[in-house]
Amino acid sequence: MKLERFVAVLVARNREFIRDRSALTWNIMFPVMIVFGFSFAFSGQPLDKYKISIYSNQPDVEASSFGFSRLKYTKFIMADNVDKAILKVKRHQLDMFVDVVSRKYWINDSSPNGYVLERVMGSFDDFDFDKATVSGREIRYVEWLMPGVLAMNMMFSALFGVGYVIVRYRKSSVLKRLKATPVSAFEFLSAQIVSRLWLIMLVTIFVYFGTDVFVDFSMNGNYFDLFVVFMLGAFCLISLGLMVAARITSEEMANGLLNMISWPMMFLSGVWFSLEGTHPLMQQLSLVFPLTHICESVRAIMIDGVGLMDVSDHLLILVFMSIIFLGLGSYFFRWDD
Amino acid sequence: MNSIIQLQDLYKQFGQLKAVNGISLSIEQGTCFGLLGPNGAGKTTTIEMLEGILAPSSGKVLYKGRPLDDTFRHEAGIMFQHTALQDFMTTREALVMFQHFYENKVQLDQVIKDCSLTEFLDQDNRKLSGGQRQRLLLAIALINDPEIIFLDEPTTGLDPQARRNFWQLIRQIKQRNKTIILTTHYMEEAYELCDSIAIMDRGKIIAQGEPAQLLRKQFSDVIVQLPKEDVDLSFSELPMDIIEDNEYIQIRSLDVTETLRQLLALNINLAHLQIRARTLEDLFIELTGEQLRT
Repeated sequence: MKLERFVAVLVARNREFIRDRSALTWNIMFPVMIVFGFSFAFSGQPLDKYKISIYSNQPDVEASSFGFSRLKYTKFIMADNVDKAILKVKRHQLDMFVDVVSRKYWINDSSPNGYVLERVMGSFDDFDFDKATVSGREIRYVEWLMPGVLAMNMMFSALFGVGYVIVRYRKSSVLKRLKATPVSAFEFLSAQIVSRLWLIMLVTIFVYFGTDVFVDFSMNGNYFDLFVVFMLGAFCLISLGLMVAARITSEEMANGLLNMISWPMMFLSGVWFSLEGTHPLMQQLSLVFPLTHICESVRAIMIDGVGLMDVSDHLLILVFMSIIFLGLGSYFFRWDD
Repeated sequence: MNSIIQLQDLYKQFGQLKAVNGISLSIEQGTCFGLLGPNGAGKTTTIEMLEGILAPSSGKVLYKGRPLDDTFRHEAGIMFQHTALQDFMTTREALVMFQHFYENKVQLDQVIKDCSLTEFLDQDNRKLSGGQRQRLLLAIALINDPEIIFLDEPTTGLDPQARRNFWQLIRQIKQRNKTIILTTHYMEEAYELCDSIAIMDRGKIIAQGEPAQLLRKQFSDVIVQLPKEDVDLSFSELPMDIIEDNEYIQIRSLDVTETLRQLLALNINLAHLQIRARTLEDLFIELTGEQLRT
């Protein structure tokens, strides 16, 4: 690889992105509009009236096997981790948590829903548990949404900004012209990745702090950890874009394929709503999407304040996916049609 | 003279279509070689195999006696028939970008002057006129001071004045002892610029040599032509060797004085009579029995 050639392609791509005012504006304005729109639409009220999580060490136990689950207008979810469930009660993401093993239940002492639920649940015979309280500020929907929107914007920018652009280059013979020079496929693809990576990071940082000024969301983790997750996530999504664009010569085909990938990811990766309580198959399916792992890692850092080691399983999956996407993308890449 | 590039029994097949059907050529260093033929003859496929853009189905391309490699990429300048540059890039930025790709770099000022780019140096490449665009693409092909330059139909779509200006640029490059490989379907262009030519049709070379030599070899006559409206007689009534044409009656003449005498005897109006030498277009028609399929 010759640095001079790599930098020349990188500069050309950066210039193209920055000078395309409409695309640049859209990249910045789109996530801001989404955050404002949803924070306005869902301000105050949570999505479910009441939400109770139950923990049992018995396998295959369902919430419906408990008598108190007959309570109407309440969503019952089985928990797989006591500490995480208690943290959610602290954050007001759950109104109550019931641990049938230790015979205890938790409510947040500042949660009106928790107070009401405690009174109502007492009327059920099988609700015979000891009370425990936790304290913690409520996580507003916008704070929960923000990581998802940042990740989603990253996804669109990576897939369309790399995948679609390469197909356009191929169709208009820009790639053919480059093929006739000493520029190697590795130099070209590296320049595309680096160019999009720093542009995505720049836009993400700008949108993050710009939105924070108006929405004032909480950040309980470390900024360096968040930066690492965003970098890795963006790299993985760019690699996916490269893989899609490896051989396609039609912009229409590329558009269709990129939409076919991005739309299910947008709705099934937990960008808008938590996947908790959804069908287990849906939850399993969501794990094949890189966006799910980005959303979960970013939320864990921003909301729960955890470190990189705590989200290492997600990060390893993202690294693995990046290697696969990049390997296939490079192997199948061709300059011309 | 030394051969700089050689094609050995080259074939290219796209599905059932044999685009190039067994071509062998040897091109001398420092010459301008023209690959001629109508659209669909296989010129672009052949030149793209020479450029290393397309892989042949079978056969070999050798540059300085070796298969095309990285040295070739550094020493070749290519101007494609259809190509684009990145969006939002000015003429100067495009030149600078391509300059960074090569070890051997021409001074930017020199190439700007040679190709007359000064007036649109800071203009977005997408907003250039046809002639300006072709000059920029030629400048890019020259940015590495190449030893061999490929020009694939460089003047297609240009107006006559822009075409002649472009010819002038190519003549200047020729004077620097560069090897030029040019494809065109303009026979006049080939005659003006090329030291030697090969005429292609349906994937094969049907004639090869120096343009004037080829014409001398094939023709010993000239053409006497008259507009059809000046001649009241039908073709069969004219006691001469006639070539059919939509606008003109073209008479093959070995002796112009005798032909003129015959025409005067027939009381034909000679006010718009023209006498012309045989052209490469005549040669093509003669060889293939067809009109040029442009």
